[in-house]
This record gives sequence, C-alpha cells and structure tokens, in this order.
Amino acid sequence: MIRSNSALLMSGNEAAARGAYDAGVSFAAAYPGTPSTEILESIALYKDDVMAEWAPNEKVALESAIGASIAGARALSAMKMVGVNVAADPLFSYAYCGVNGGLVLVSADDPSLHSSQNEQDNRFYAPFAKIPMLEPSDSQECYEMMRSAYAISESFDTPVLFRMTTRVCHSKSLVTPSRRSEVPLRPYVKNLDKFDLVPAVSRRLRLELEARMEKLAEFSETCDFNRTEWHDRTIGVVTSGIAYQYAREVFGDGASYLKLGFTNPLPKKLIADFASKVGTLYVIEELEPYLENHIRRLGITCIGKEKIPAVYELNPDIVARALLGTEPPVISCDTSVVPPRPPVLCAGCPHRGFFAELGKITTRLDAKRQKYMIAGDIGCYGLGGADPLNAMDLCICMGSAPSVGHGAQKVFNKFDANTRVIATLGDSTFFHTGIPALIDIVYNRSNTITCILDNRITGMTGQQDNPHTGFTLQGEPTKELSIEAVVRAVGVDHVRVINPMRLEEVDEALEEALRLDEPSVIITRWPCVLKKKTEEEKVEFRPYAECFRIDAEVCNGCGLCMQVGCPAISLDRATGRTRIDPIACNGCSVCEQTCNFGAIIRAERQHA
Amino acid sequence: MREVTNVMLVGVGGQGTILVSSVLSKGLVAAGHDVKMSEVHGMAQRGGSVTTQVRFGEKVHSPIIGRGGADVLVSFEAMEALRWIEFVKPTGKVIVNDQQIPSAPILAGRRDYPVGVIDMLKSKVTTTAIKATDIATQLGNPRAMNMVLFGALVEAAGLGDVEWEPIIASTVKAAFVALNVNAYRAGRRLMVH
Repeated sequence: MIRSNSALLMSGNEAAARGAYDAGVSFAAAYPGTPSTEILESIALYKDDVMAEWAPNEKVALESAIGASIAGARALSAMKMVGVNVAADPLFSYAYCGVNGGLVLVSADDPSLHSSQNEQDNRFYAPFAKIPMLEPSDSQECYEMMRSAYAISESFDTPVLFRMTTRVCHSKSLVTPSRRSEVPLRPYVKNLDKFDLVPAVSRRLRLELEARMEKLAEFSETCDFNRTEWHDRTIGVVTSGIAYQYAREVFGDGASYLKLGFTNPLPKKLIADFASKVGTLYVIEELEPYLENHIRRLGITCIGKEKIPAVYELNPDIVARALLGTEPPVISCDTSVVPPRPPVLCAGCPHRGFFAELGKITTRLDAKRQKYMIAGDIGCYGLGGADPLNAMDLCICMGSAPSVGHGAQKVFNKFDANTRVIATLGDSTFFHTGIPALIDIVYNRSNTITCILDNRITGMTGQQDNPHTGFTLQGEPTKELSIEAVVRAVGVDHVRVINPMRLEEVDEALEEALRLDEPSVIITRWPCVLKKKTEEEKVEFRPYAECFRIDAEVCNGCGLCMQVGCPAISLDRATGRTRIDPIACNGCSVCEQTCNFGAIIRAERQHA
Repeated sequence: MREVTNVMLVGVGGQGTILVSSVLSKGLVAAGHDVKMSEVHGMAQRGGSVTTQVRFGEKVHSPIIGRGGADVLVSFEAMEALRWIEFVKPTGKVIVNDQQIPSAPILAGRRDYPVGVIDMLKSKVTTTAIKATDIATQLGNPRAMNMVLFGALVEAAGLGDVEWEPIIASTVKAAFVALNVNAYRAGRRLMVH
C-alpha cells in the first residue's frame, strides 16, 4: 500500500509539539522530565514563531505560560506527571480564571516507572481541577488533539489537560500534519473579576466553573474524539489512550469499541448507549480504574480492574491473558543465568569521585560511633546509592534532599542520636526547588551538610541547559547564575567549591563540614562527561589523561579500584587482576587515586 | 493484522540500537508500510539494557509487543539475546552479535558472564551469531557493528527490496557514510552465504 508522501514518522512528543505550533502557539515553557522532555525541545526549533523556555521548575513553567495566556497568546506547558504536583497550585487556580489566549498543560505519565519515583495516574487531575482532558493514543492523535485543544480552551474559556503516557510520548508513528494557523494576539484588557483571585472573585468563579463543566459535559457527548467503532457486538470495549491500541491488537474486528479521547467530563449518554448495544462490556485502561469508576457510577455493569492489572504498563499480551485467558507460544528457557544490567554512572562521571569518598567516610568505624544519613535527590546521582558506591539512604522527590535532610537532622540533634545528615542534589535540582530547602536549613538552624553536585548541565534527561549553563533552550547566551553566590546570599557562611575528581579535596571538604556545627555547602564543580563543553570549559576542565591502564606487574589484585564502580574497570576472575577497557575509560583518574600500589598508570587511547 | 512483522532490537545503552531502528523505520515508511516504533529514554539508558521495537505492515495498532511476539530479535550483545528470548516467537529468528559486554555485577566479580550463550540460543530458536564488532573493526571502526547487524536483519526479515543505502546515507553523518554502507553490505553478505 502506498501512502501519501506527506506522512512523517514522528514521536508523540514531536507530534504534540507540531500540533501546538500549527495551532498558533507562541509561548511554551517546561522543566525537563522523562517522558515529556522532547516536547519543548521540538517546539523550540520554531525560533521565529515560538518563544520556548526551560523554567527552573514546573510551577514556574506553568505560571509563565499562564502569564502568556493572560497576555493574549496561545501558550503551552509540558511536564512529567510528578511535575504536575509541583505545578498544581497555579493549575487549580487558573482553572477558576479561564483563559485569554488558549492554554494547554501536557502531563506525560510514566506507567511502569521507567524513569520515575512513583506511578501516579494524572487523569484524576482533570476532574480534581475541573478542567477538560484529552488523551491521545498515537502520534496522529497527538497532533490533531493538540490543535483542537486550543479551540476547546478558548471556546470554553478553560485551561486543558493533555494527558500522554510513555508509550504515546516515545513511540513513533505516521503523522500527516497540515499548516500553522497564524493566531493574532487576543487583546489584554485588565479584568479583576476574571484574573484577580481574591475570595470575593473566586466565590463567584467557583459557580462559573460548575456551569462550564456542564457545558463541557454536553460537548463530550458529540466531540469527534469520542467515537464508536461498530464491529461484532458480543463484546464491547470502552478504552482510552494507549490501551485502545492494545485492545485493537487483541480483539481486532471481533469487538466494538467506544474509543474515548475527550475524557473529562466523560460522555454519560454515549457510554450508556454503547453499553446498551453490546453483550459483555470490557473497560480496558492502563493504571487506575478512571473510566471504570465513572461507568460503574452510571449503574452500568462492566469488567475491568478485577481482570486487568492496575499496576504497571499494559501490552497486548497482558490484555489477552487477562480477558481471553490466552497465552502466546513462547520459547521456554532458563534466563536466571543472565545477570541483571542495571544503569550505572558513566565512565568519567564527575559524581563518581564524590560518592566514592562520601561512601568511604560514612561507612568507616570511628571511636565516637558517629552515624550518617545521606539524603539523595532526583537525577543521575541517584545512582550513587547503588552498589558498590552505596552512598545514599533515601530519595523522595525533586529538590527534597536539603529539606528532608534538615527535618531528619533536627530530630537526630534533639534526641542525641549522634547522626549527621548529608544532603546531595544536582545543579538543576538545586534551582528547581532546592533553594527554598536550603533556606529552611539556614532559617531553622540545623547543621545539615548540603552537597550540590554541579555537573554544569541537566544530565539525566539528556543534556538540557539550565539557569547556570549560560544558554537558553533556544541557544541564546544568557546570564550565568552562580550557585556559590546564591548559597552565600541565602545565608550559608561555610561554602567550599571543590573538584570532585580530586579525592583528597573531596575528603578534606567533607571532613571540614563534619567538624562544623552549623550549615555548610560543598559545591562539586566538573561538567558531565557527556556534555558538549564550551570553549571556556575546555580550558577549565581538562581530563587528566586520555585513559588509564593497569600495570599487570604491579597489580596485586586487591580490588580496591573496583569499589569506585566504574563500568570501564572489570575483574578477571581467572587471574584475579583488574583490567581497564581503553575505549570506555575517559581518563578521570579516580581509580588511579584509589590504588595504594601505583598499579594504575596513564596510557594513550588505542585508536581503532 | 496477521501480516504485521515485529522486529525487536536489544543491546546496551550506547551501542547504536536507536540509529538502526531509525534507518529501519525510515525505509519501511518509504516502502509504504504502516510503521510504529517504540523506545524508552531516560534512566534506562545509563549503560543499562535497552530495547527498541519496530512493527510494520498494512495497519499497526500497538507500538509494543508482548512475550512471544518478535519475528526477528537482533541482539547487539550476546547475553542480552538470552535476556529477551521470551519475546521471540518460537518460529522466529535471532541475530546475535557474538560480543560480550559484562554488566556491573559481572565487572564487580559477583556474577559470571553466562557460559555457552550462543549454543543455548541455537538449541532454542533459529539463531545466526555474527562477529559484527570484529567485522566492523576490520572495516575501520568497531562502532559500525550496528550496521553489520542491520544488514543481517534486512536479509533475515526479507527486506532486501527496499533501497537502504540512500536511507543510511541520509541518516548518518557525512564522514561515516562509506563506513556504514560497507558495514551494511558486509552484514547482508554474511546472511546470503
């Protein structure tokens, strides 16, 4: 079959960005977070028409998009699902206001927690905040629904929640895009009755919010994104999002479908009508029983979460097993002999030296029986908690290390638990919400030690600029915010900026901080090994060697170098000696510094 | 729906699975197929086990497959093929790069790299083991092993009719076009002989 040449293979994120661009969006803001990051990276490419920005956090991102909307532009904000928690305050408020220019908030959920700390189903935000919701199931729908989302936003005077999931965001499928509509700026008119949320105004808007939801409920009944596909009527399937694709895969034309794309408010009549015309009604949805709860409240009998798992991602295999009891023929094989392959800090990662020393200090036995708690945070440095570095006790949410650490330190101090708390977080995480957390330490006087691991980029999500890289999302040079100046400004008197690749420096800084009975901050400054360095960085941050190798004559196989957990170093169990892979090694020298016998020596990379 | 073909690419973060899936998908689209491709970004990439799935045919719904779904599994590393074998159809094919990349527990000396991976694969399913990294090294750069495997995949999946070379040329950096095309050709030749 020959398809039209205009169809492009796009990820859901790219298609959503293109849809927003074609809808005439002129302002977009986000904080990076898997699986949402590429939405802003894609729309940022339209430099002439769209102002696209990385904000320090999701709350600020949504607020700046709200400002753009009030000023009259069509605006977009995108974030991973936990980011919506951070942005919930402005979200719930702006739902009362309604919009001037259309506003769409993308929530990119992560079923199966591929890269997240929880598995929340953000569809519940839509009824909670009382805003309409769209749920695309492939890239073409991402494109079309995003375009329509702006029309819905402006005609019903409401922000719109655009809910995606990992498999929608990161799957590529064919999209036929059309052209950008040039949408003129709506005039800004001062309107206290709409935008000034003081109680007297909000009380009235509260009633308008309910009236708006009623209108949206009517719209839901006739919206094209809620469609019925009639085939065999013995089985009827109500479904939304990616689960629709799995349902189609399993049942094909052997069932009829009510495919819901506009999922708040849900179309009661459409659902009841569909249910009355089919035999068995299945509700196939990923994660929580969002549709199912609603359908049951309508008094309709259905089969859903009693059969289909409510945790982790679905796939066609899981749906078939749950509803049809079928198992695909598989190759039976004992795979327990295959060791796991967990993610690790890269060879040459600047976090390695820091965690190697931190782990050493906090696990040593000393006369005072000093104990330690290491509060971690969200980012690559979360891997510092894995074996063999083992330098972490906890990780709750982004920007939380100093504040969680502070609360723990206060309790330990009060109850004489002889425990020091060391908080570790990254540069981007510090700007995200770490700054108020550090202020808490200073203001409420705990001796928590805060370590800011400054790798000069937002690493885990794939090298995004942030407020101290000196560049904006669209590549414009900008003010480079100094972490040290911020730390001093909030009142920390003891600040040290160190090179995390020099183990002695790390050790000395940590020991000094531990001696202090007041707040202190250690900033470890070295760029991510994956970062494309600026010219200045190339001068300031030179690797110590091309690579290192083991001198087999000297190595006695003590295995100390294994304790830094570098993927370039391996143990040859036959000879009992270690080995450094010359291609993988980045010459950071951390292993060289840990060797007590001088068995690790500089070498030149063997070019293939 | 029966005529949908499922290809699964597995390997270790940084081995170039994404580039292969990108070339594959582009060619399939150009050949007029409906195509869906799925990959996972983020945490999974830091040297962890990575998988990409490409599905194509008249009409594709799901972007992912479940167990027993893959017609062809291309593994860029030896033991990764074994890790994902449950996803291969019993009548499917495995193409495996006969190269070992030890994972963290192996590097640390706590686990052994499994012995006899290739033989075990061969005893379970139609398997072609290729020394793709050695071949690519002979052609000038071990990193081009992904294109050797791609060439083998083209033969295994019966996709020889598509004009792949211009697609490779338009996907990789200009300086590496000759290397990648040569690697691709080498991969195809291996499967024909």
